[in-house]
Amino acid sequence: MTKARVLIRPKEGILDPQGKAVERALPALGFEGVEHVRVGRMVELEAEDPERLAELCEKLLANPLIEDYEIQEINAASSAPTNP
Amino acid sequence: MIWGVLQFPGSCDERDALHACSLTGEARLIWHEERGLGGVDAVVIPGGFSYGDYLRTGAIARFSPAMEAVAEFAAAGGPVLGICNGFQVLCEAGLLPGALLLNEDLRFHCRQVDLIAADGERLSIPVKHGEGRFWAPEEMLDEIEAKGQVAYRYAPGQNPNGSARDIAGVRSEAGNVLGLMPHPEHAVDPLTGSTDGLLIFEAVAGARV
Repeated sequence: MTKARVLIRPKEGILDPQGKAVERALPALGFEGVEHVRVGRMVELEAEDPERLAELCEKLLANPLIEDYEIQEINAASSAPTNP
Repeated sequence: MIWGVLQFPGSCDERDALHACSLTGEARLIWHEERGLGGVDAVVIPGGFSYGDYLRTGAIARFSPAMEAVAEFAAAGGPVLGICNGFQVLCEAGLLPGALLLNEDLRFHCRQVDLIAADGERLSIPVKHGEGRFWAPEEMLDEIEAKGQVAYRYAPGQNPNGSARDIAGVRSEAGNVLGLMPHPEHAVDPLTGSTDGLLIFEAVAGARV
């Protein structure tokens, strides 16, 4: 099994009100100078056939019209982690 | 006229939709696991939180057996009305263009709004949603406007969610599939302030292509 992590984020240019809300909350907590906060999703999974992950993302995990996704394989079989 | 109203785990407006449909014909519920629509003349996908709205609103519901039947029904020209969550399901299924995103102000809005239909008629219909901001790329918006697919807009100044170009509802290119965020099924009795919702059900009933 291949462990993988799928990062899903709103496409560039689409208003992300969650990110804006987080960004606006930060100065009140003393975190100045943080900009362009975007909130997305992360899905962890184990797949028998990592070749099919992109198709799975296109069809279900992400909506390609509004979201970009990035697949990170964590440990393909016995090899070392590629993207910890 | 026989209406079928889909019911998913997490649907919550199917009873009002059944009632609204019964005012213009007969109506029956269709459970999400049913593979056929039982010969109905039109389909309503009601509001609610299908499958908990996990992942994205409407994302899981689109893969249900009943939705596969709806896709075939729509392709054959059958009239389909998606309300709120039903609109989200239709967009996820690719039966309607665009997507519905979190409301611009992150608030859940529940109130009566005025809609302007494509023919200029003004309707009073309630909205109640947290993820109703219609969005599509600019070129797609231009295309659906050019093809006359914008069915309803929020009246000026009443856009509750930041929808692009005040769009409240869109129809398919062929015209037989309609989705909108406001709830016509909650506006069919003078008791609740407006019966304008019936006009939308009547329009859908006549939308077979």
